[in-house]
Amino acid sequence: MEVTINVNGVDQTKEIEGRLLLVHFIRDSLGLTGTHWGCDTSNCGTCVVWMDEEPVKSCTVLAAMAGGRRVRTVEDLEQDGVLDPVQQGFIQEHGLQCGYCTPGMLMTSRALLDKNPDPTEEEIREAISGQICRCTGYSMIVRSIQWAANAENAVTVGASS
Amino acid sequence: MQVPAPFEYERAESVDHAIGLLERLGSEARLVAGGHSLIPMMRLRLANPEYIIDINDLVAELGYIRVEGDHLHIGAMARHQELLESDILAQHFPMFRDAEKVIADPVVRNRGTIGGSLCQADPSEDLSAVCSTLDAVCVIKGSGGERIVSMHDFHQGPYETAVGDAEILTEVRIPIRANGGSAYNKVERRAGDWAVVSAGAAVWMDGDTITDGRVGLAAVGPNTTTIDQARDLLQGAAPSDELFAQVGAVCAENCDPDTDMRGSAEYKKHLANELTQRSLRTAVARATGQEA
Repeated sequence: MEVTINVNGVDQTKEIEGRLLLVHFIRDSLGLTGTHWGCDTSNCGTCVVWMDEEPVKSCTVLAAMAGGRRVRTVEDLEQDGVLDPVQQGFIQEHGLQCGYCTPGMLMTSRALLDKNPDPTEEEIREAISGQICRCTGYSMIVRSIQWAANAENAVTVGASS
Repeated sequence: MQVPAPFEYERAESVDHAIGLLERLGSEARLVAGGHSLIPMMRLRLANPEYIIDINDLVAELGYIRVEGDHLHIGAMARHQELLESDILAQHFPMFRDAEKVIADPVVRNRGTIGGSLCQADPSEDLSAVCSTLDAVCVIKGSGGERIVSMHDFHQGPYETAVGDAEILTEVRIPIRANGGSAYNKVERRAGDWAVVSAGAAVWMDGDTITDGRVGLAAVGPNTTTIDQARDLLQGAAPSDELFAQVGAVCAENCDPDTDMRGSAEYKKHLANELTQRSLRTAVARATGQEA
């Protein structure tokens, strides 16, 4: 079957099998390997991308189900050479060690901050509770997301004063 | 790499279109909504449908949560996140929010639906226990029209429902009664897991007397279940810790959990008892406006 998915603002039309999973469409059909493929069972969350502005686990969505919808992957966070604040936060606060969980963590935290610009630590931990990191123990990831929230709020306050 | 067996993909544009596709494609067709139960089962080849009918475009038709008369109506495509955030649902039946906070994780909750949860008919599934506790009914639609089935009759065994081959669950309906309160408690091994045991409770009060009370349990037998004996004890009683302890003990006696990797049958009965008491205490506090 033929499917057209808007990925990072570009319509991508491919001939696929109905059983192709969205994570493999992104990685194999489009070569966007920033999205990682982990547990295969929607537990680990490294494959999180956005579908119609909401984070989803792309290992548990059929590519066909994304037909006609908008998908955003980790590659779209950086714009014109400028990293997204959540990416900067992960650098500043050492939010990654091996990097395996990072793309999913970034996409989920970007969605969190868009919805809730000043989350509590508990809200951050809840937001990433469907994602598994086996290196940093989450404290650094939480601090990275807090760094991004603070950076964005500082800019917002600066702009309005 | 786990990949489903080959199938044909179809996308339904309306409820009637979905029913038409089911009629045409026959018993080897399956509806997919959120897909977070069916797709993993297909990858493990526990489910091998020949046709998948994607009903995600039915959100506009079946994504509602609204009060009509003395019932709350929830469309089958209402997603977990919407059920979690719905103020009208929390106002009438706070146990929904209790349960939704501990169903899967926030990313999965963006996809999963109440219809999919009930139709999966997993004996550990939380919304099935919530709907059983609240005496909900299910609206099932086929080309011949609609029929209404109680939660008790909806689940016919593990992973089996009353929904026929060419039918679709369209709505869950819950009766709204005055002076009610409800609560849900779950013990899980880690964030997002299925319940070791869950217990929901709902009570309706007249002053200091419980006029009706129901307890629903998950993960204690082949189906999520209400406990009739709990209802007998609660009806007409005055709430007290002694009453809650008595009801908890009766629920533990009248459920039949298996020993498995999540815990021993003895431990699960202990949980059924304790969680029933906690849910009853909170439900009564909510019904009487005394929640801490």
